Amino acid sequence: MDKNINITLKVWRQKGPKEKGAFETYKLNDVSQGSSFLEMLDVLNEQLIREGKEPVAFDHDCREGICGMCSLYINGHPHGPDSAVTTCQLHMRKFSDGATITVEPWRSAGFPVIRDLMVDRYAYDKIIQAGGFVSVNTGGVPDANAIPISKKDADLAMDAAACIGCGACAAACKNGSAMLFISAKVSQLALLPQGRTEASRRVKAMIAKMDELGFGNCTNTRSCEVECPKEVSISNIARLNREFIVAKLQD
Amino acid sequence: MWLLNSSIGRKLIMSLSGIFLILFLLFHASMNVAAVFSEEAYNAICGFLGANWYAVAGTLVLAAGFMIHIVYAIWLTLQNRRARGRKRYAVNVRPKGVEWASQNMFVLGLIVLCFLGLHFTQFWYKMMFAELTGHHEVELGGAIVSAHDGAAFIRYYFSNIIVVALYLVWYAALWFHLTHGFWSALQTVGWNNTVWLKRWQVIANIFATLICAAFAFVTVFFYLESIL
Repeated sequence: MDKNINITLKVWRQKGPKEKGAFETYKLNDVSQGSSFLEMLDVLNEQLIREGKEPVAFDHDCREGICGMCSLYINGHPHGPDSAVTTCQLHMRKFSDGATITVEPWRSAGFPVIRDLMVDRYAYDKIIQAGGFVSVNTGGVPDANAIPISKKDADLAMDAAACIGCGACAAACKNGSAMLFISAKVSQLALLPQGRTEASRRVKAMIAKMDELGFGNCTNTRSCEVECPKEVSISNIARLNREFIVAKLQD
Repeated sequence: MWLLNSSIGRKLIMSLSGIFLILFLLFHASMNVAAVFSEEAYNAICGFLGANWYAVAGTLVLAAGFMIHIVYAIWLTLQNRRARGRKRYAVNVRPKGVEWASQNMFVLGLIVLCFLGLHFTQFWYKMMFAELTGHHEVELGGAIVSAHDGAAFIRYYFSNIIVVALYLVWYAALWFHLTHGFWSALQTVGWNNTVWLKRWQVIANIFATLICAAFAFVTVFFYLESIL
């Protein structure tokens, strides 16, 4: 049964990208276990505003696990202790009465802190802009079933396409590597005939952009796939490696 | 050159040099086991691997493999630390499904390397190196033995319990390093998928256990022989 709990929050507060940050501790009483983690933060912010303090800045948008905006490193896990959910889908029933919850922003050189718990994840957009697309000439829309695609490939591509680009993979990685994200974005297109045409150009451009932005080198610890809210598999990273090595050998 | 300036290229070099070293370990372990069954056979291998041009050439290739693996490990680790950013998390949890070895490969590699130094001063320096500098007989624990008499070296060093314990620690570190390194190398080459990931991990565990067990078996065998 859900009940109301009292919790202690240790939240990272940082005024701006160049400012020095520190943890602040807040007590929050009578939090419904039926509320989501972000609703709990909303309650905290209302309390802070009433006390005349600055509310905690955090990213959020759809609050249903599809936009990839929410982040937060909660008690040592990106998107909190629950598996296969984003922070907005995390519920307070995962925490018990009297718990101390530590909330940190993503920490990776690729994701600098903007303020408090908000980080700049524009790096992922830059990687997508480098090649994570299919070029098409506009005109008549072709029939979706005109090109036969095996069920297996369609499923694998769909699993890769589940990536919402939230950044949990790079945040979880001890190497600050963005490989799971890029492997998902490369795989979802490389597996389909429409994406094959530009496959080698795409993988080279995206890896070059990733390296340029200073993300780390993957050492296959698997932290990314374990923490991924969409359970994207590291078999995509094997495919990315394969695609990249083959593309480079063809040059 | 993409092997140097792309992350996957650097990882590829790490993986290929690792596979090369794994194959060497397989050879070394098989060679050691021969000593248990026939010391003459073992000494024949030692003679074959003495100061001959092919053995020296092989050693140089091997040394190059080690150097590449080590230099790239340092380079990649430094880059990865930089990519992690200056601020660290206050709370760190190793999630379920993440092997301890996978997050400590550099430290494990460093331990393996330190013991390699010990191993070199005990064996290689007095065997191939001594021969290269023109000494065909070396002093070993008060006795003069041929630089080809590998069995005498094994019997001498592995009769010391401290040396035996140190070598066993070495094999344990190596075991952890190999269980991750083996499948990780194949993943980096791209020879993996959801089905093969589990298979490679099982094969890696079996392979690492076999190699380390073979090394440990020889070490313990000669220790027991010395006290019995």
